[in-house]
Amino acid sequence: MSTITDPQKESFRLSMLLYDSRYRSATIQFVAFLGFIILVGWLIFNTKQNLDALGKGVEFKYLFEPASYDINQRLLDYNSRDTHFRAAIIGLLNTLVVAALGCVAATILGVVIGVLRLSNNWLVSRIMAFYVEVFRNIPVLLWILFIFAIMTDLFAAPKAFRGDSATSHMQLFDSVAFTNRGIYIPEPLFSRGLGDIHLFGNSSIRFDVSLDLWAFVLVLGLSFWAAFKVKKRADQIQDQTGNRPKTWYLRLGIIVVPTLLLLVALGFHLGYPALKGFNFQGGTFLRKSLIALWLALSLYTAAFIAEIVRAGIMAISTGQTEAAEALGIRSGKIMSLVILPQALRVIIPPLISNYLNLTKNSSLAIAVGYMDITGTLGGITMNQTGRELESILLMMLVYLSISLSISAVMNWYNESVKLEER
Amino acid sequence: MTKSILFGALTVTALAAGAAAAGTLDDVKARGKLNCGVSTGLVGFAAPDANGKWGGFDVSLCRSVAAAVLGDADAVEFVPTTGKTRFTALASGEIDMLARNTTWTFSRDVDLKFTFVGVNYYDGQGFIAPKDLGVSSAKDLDGATVCIQTGTTTELNLADFFRVNNISYEPVPIETNAEAIQQFLAGACDVYTTDASGLAASRATFENPGDYALLPEIISKEPLGPLVRHGDDEWGDVVRWTLYALLTAEELGVTSANLSEMAAGTDNPEINRLLGTEGTLGEMLGLDAGWAQAAIAVGGNYGEVFAKNIGEETPIGLARGLNAQWTEGGLMYSPPFR
Amino acid sequence: MSDVAFTRTEMLSEQAPPASSVGIVGWLHSRLFSSWFNGFLTVIVVIALFFVLYELLHWALSPTWNGTSLAECRQILVAMGQEQGNTFGACWGVIRERWVQLIFGFYPSDLYWRPIAAFVLLGVALGPILFADRVPKQLIWFTAVYPFLFPWLLWGGAFWVPILVILGIVFAYLANKFLAGIFGNLGAFISAVVVAIVWWLILMPMVGNGLNTIIGSVRMESTSVRLDAEIVRLSAEEEALNQQIEELTDTIESEQAANESRYVDDPDGLLEFIREIGAKKEALAELHKQSGNLSEELSGADSLNRRIQKLPELEAQYPDALAFAEKLRSELPKSVAHVSIDTELEALLEEVREGKSNATLEDTSKVVEVLEAETKAKSLKGEIAGTYRDVALIGLQPVESRDFGGFMLSITIGVVAIACSLPLGIVMALGRQSDLMIVKYLCIGFIEFIRGVPLITLLIVASTLLNIFLPPGTNFDIILRVLIMVTLFASAYMAEVIRGGLAALPKGQYEGADSLGLDYWQSQRLIIMPQALKISIPGIVSTFIGVFKDTTLVSIIGLLDPLGLSTAIRASAAWNGVVWELYGFIALIFWIFCFSMSRYSMYLERKLQTGHR
Repeated sequence: MSTITDPQKESFRLSMLLYDSRYRSATIQFVAFLGFIILVGWLIFNTKQNLDALGKGVEFKYLFEPASYDINQRLLDYNSRDTHFRAAIIGLLNTLVVAALGCVAATILGVVIGVLRLSNNWLVSRIMAFYVEVFRNIPVLLWILFIFAIMTDLFAAPKAFRGDSATSHMQLFDSVAFTNRGIYIPEPLFSRGLGDIHLFGNSSIRFDVSLDLWAFVLVLGLSFWAAFKVKKRADQIQDQTGNRPKTWYLRLGIIVVPTLLLLVALGFHLGYPALKGFNFQGGTFLRKSLIALWLALSLYTAAFIAEIVRAGIMAISTGQTEAAEALGIRSGKIMSLVILPQALRVIIPPLISNYLNLTKNSSLAIAVGYMDITGTLGGITMNQTGRELESILLMMLVYLSISLSISAVMNWYNESVKLEER
Repeated sequence: MTKSILFGALTVTALAAGAAAAGTLDDVKARGKLNCGVSTGLVGFAAPDANGKWGGFDVSLCRSVAAAVLGDADAVEFVPTTGKTRFTALASGEIDMLARNTTWTFSRDVDLKFTFVGVNYYDGQGFIAPKDLGVSSAKDLDGATVCIQTGTTTELNLADFFRVNNISYEPVPIETNAEAIQQFLAGACDVYTTDASGLAASRATFENPGDYALLPEIISKEPLGPLVRHGDDEWGDVVRWTLYALLTAEELGVTSANLSEMAAGTDNPEINRLLGTEGTLGEMLGLDAGWAQAAIAVGGNYGEVFAKNIGEETPIGLARGLNAQWTEGGLMYSPPFR
Repeated sequence: MSDVAFTRTEMLSEQAPPASSVGIVGWLHSRLFSSWFNGFLTVIVVIALFFVLYELLHWALSPTWNGTSLAECRQILVAMGQEQGNTFGACWGVIRERWVQLIFGFYPSDLYWRPIAAFVLLGVALGPILFADRVPKQLIWFTAVYPFLFPWLLWGGAFWVPILVILGIVFAYLANKFLAGIFGNLGAFISAVVVAIVWWLILMPMVGNGLNTIIGSVRMESTSVRLDAEIVRLSAEEEALNQQIEELTDTIESEQAANESRYVDDPDGLLEFIREIGAKKEALAELHKQSGNLSEELSGADSLNRRIQKLPELEAQYPDALAFAEKLRSELPKSVAHVSIDTELEALLEEVREGKSNATLEDTSKVVEVLEAETKAKSLKGEIAGTYRDVALIGLQPVESRDFGGFMLSITIGVVAIACSLPLGIVMALGRQSDLMIVKYLCIGFIEFIRGVPLITLLIVASTLLNIFLPPGTNFDIILRVLIMVTLFASAYMAEVIRGGLAALPKGQYEGADSLGLDYWQSQRLIIMPQALKISIPGIVSTFIGVFKDTTLVSIIGLLDPLGLSTAIRASAAWNGVVWELYGFIALIFWIFCFSMSRYSMYLERKLQTGHR
């Protein structure tokens, strides 16, 4: 029955495409690719037919027509005669602002709550556990609406601050006003400022660069660099002689003095909000929609981050701490030199994917009227121009680029910690 | 999931004039239900009650059309739409008509390819402000915070108004009317702007309606009316003339009380034509002879519908104003039934 | 010298621990006051808790359960002896009046048993998967049938529809089994898929129509008679009910008018009166509800009856209409004969105007006539088939998906999305792990795209664009479109979860499968997937929790999920201004669902972990 023969050199037959494992994978891939192309082609064909029937084409000219609506929170100057494109940029910036603020707040809150959950104080750890369970098991959209409603009911309207019989007053030496429209805080002003550089003329991507800000950043950067050099030198001396010179006052001076000098030179002072007309004027206005979105996203995401932090800390075995103690390392240093570097490797990847979620969830801004990119490009612009396909495409592209950049950071980090492994 | 091969025929029918290939009317008849787009909730105009039964001024028009076409005022599926989803719902064929206080504008009519079949409410954008704000005109609103409902033309009107008058303001866009009212009452905005009818409707539900006043400026024309897809003239006619039937009924004194009496035949030939006892108007529309009678039977004539849902007797308390019959100084003017 | 021993020769007996480290004191000491800082924290937290709870309870414990509007709630609160104008307190009347709506949406109230049954049976069907060790093995058969039962229970329809659908799978299975000998494994698999598709898309509708026509013709006479009787009965009932309503309304109005001035200085009396009249108002609302149901039933019966009466006429018209359309088509000039749908007509018109076609404008108007005649015939056919279908209906009354709302909608979206995304997710996870480069990159592209954009953009696609991507004339209703998009969304996450499960399997499992000589699909089916899926269940449950929470986003595109309904409720004159009660109720229910599921998932994780060690 079984005679062993040399495998014959077969000539190629069509059926080998299916049955010969050498060719089969190529066949399957080809078929899959063909199927994909056909699917995409079919979708595009349908779209074209449907758009023709509606008398619309795909074009992006509408982006450069006047938007004719106003946006309340704008980081760049904008008025209703500007283009839809500029409105979209304003929206994008608003998305980025709330995402960045949210990530910072969520991290701080999450770490605090995660650590407190491991506290040996029963009440505190119970409450933190309760916090985590409450926040992550209720939809974030509800939290956004909740906080919006809380701010509406909790704080008074500006008119309550007015007159002799005011029922509300400003907090913190009359510098901060909590109103149900938002919170007014002092703003930094420069009386001898260097002015702004205006870029890109009158186009849709024009923006102003504040020279004051740049000067500040530059001086601060230089000071830090100098302080770093001093520390390096101290390290060197310690390595050579075993004695570490005290340098903290020198470093502090290097950082603080030039910055203060610069601020004085520019005439730095704070602009305080004051009630004028219908609203508070002056100061920086954090709108209620921004705060509601920011807080809700941070509180919601913090519940997840707390769990990640807790898991990260618990993943480091107590043996590590004990070994470090045996080596005589001080307890403060144990955390920074032994536990954290190891815990971070566990913590950071899920942390970044939570940042990603937070950024995507910021698109719920429309629920409270925060004008992010979903509110401008995907909201009013789409609605007023009837260009759904183009607007949604652009919007998806924006979110996709944000997500992919965050993933790229994550991959880069994963690669960099991988190198330290055996 | 009805398949209508003629959904795409909109531009074609416009080109091949006269030979309109109708679809919607047949679809509705085959389906036995009218799909009518309404607001997700606006007091007096459209809101579901605890049993999920929809009622209101716009809803009533849907019911009249259903009665005219299918002989049954309850043969309506109400599809709640937001300011953002309403047009796509109509364009995609998900709904047969949209009765959701939608402003008739050039671009919506021409560019978005819809047909406004008439105006069932002449409105204008106004402002409401608390009396103790001490504002007597919208031009005093420099620096004020203004609540607006996003996704509507009010946003654009507002921007134009403040720009023309060269005063600044802070817009607070809000998704729904209910939420906007909440914000306004809490003082989170100084004034709220939307269609004056909506303002009056909302004011009616305030705890102390007397503390709030509408500002005198009406900053835009807002003819609100039902709309259908562009090109399907046969269906457009059905909705249009159902609306006109209600208007004409009021003009001719046909009410829900005397409807059956009048339907038996009167001396007035126009009433007879309207109610189908004379002539073949219904047949021309592709409907039964008693179509208008059925439409009027739902909630009475235009005046009765107005009075019942948003009129002065209701908490909303809107005066007829521009919406009175032309014979009484209003703009409601139906072409003759002839 | 004395004999002094410095070491003990006997053990000391055990002593009781110090009083400060046992019992309640010890617990307090070690858990709450172990250091001054901890003590400080404890005190702060207790004080904060006290204030929060005090305010919360003060608000929540308000006797407003019977209020029928916000204004009435305020009246009650004021009458409760609070100072004038202070209306701090919840208005629970809105929950009493609307909680059913918040749960079932607009689903017909006499059919509530169907969603309830569907979700209870869902629990039963999940038993063999989630609690494999506690339920009988045979239940797995029910699990296999359940996916077909679920839509039938919710959407209704004739009882044979799910059976016909299942038949498709049976046919595919048979084809796979018996053709394997002829075409080989792969060929049999392909032909099984073809058989199933042909059955579902072509044969099944034909069989369904046939059944409708046969059963419909048999039942036509009897249905007509039954409907006539029903209409008479229902009309009488409605009349009686309307009279009751009128009487009750009058009573309430007159009582209210009479008592308005009586209780100006008597808050207790007013409270009592509000309660009394509240009960009557409730009775009235109940009557209104009954009346609404009755009139709906009546109109349904009436319209079906009218359609039955019209049927012979339509059936007589149909052959003529069809013949007319065919005749017109046969008369079409050759140059335009190919046009059968509107888009083609449009293209033709374009060509004619540009002079590219040798057809004339007159020809195109003939085409329009043909299309019109064909549509007419088609709609006649549809109408006839519809009437037969409704007469032949033996089974559950169909419910349109736009009547779905409230938590029922959320759960339906969540369950359908997860169930449908599971097979898609498995395929994509395998694709992402496979060595086939193109397949791999297609899968990665899809997964990363979906995970990179927010769900809300996908929902906006569902509400505005999905119809544009499909062939002209396709028209799903919005809930189906949302289901499609949420399923795609969930499948990307599901793929990642399953990929995690696959990666967690030791390599030896793959090698073991290979060494047994199993081919790829056999090893996946018999060895890899059963283990990988089991490990993935906690991940799947948390994906489900995520999707379930995300269903609230559909309120942004105007669907009436609990949040959307809360907006609609707040738009009614009686409840304008109610916020906390609704949000609180919705949040509570979401919390109960999600929390119990996450607990289950943790339990499962622990169980699986011990199983592995």
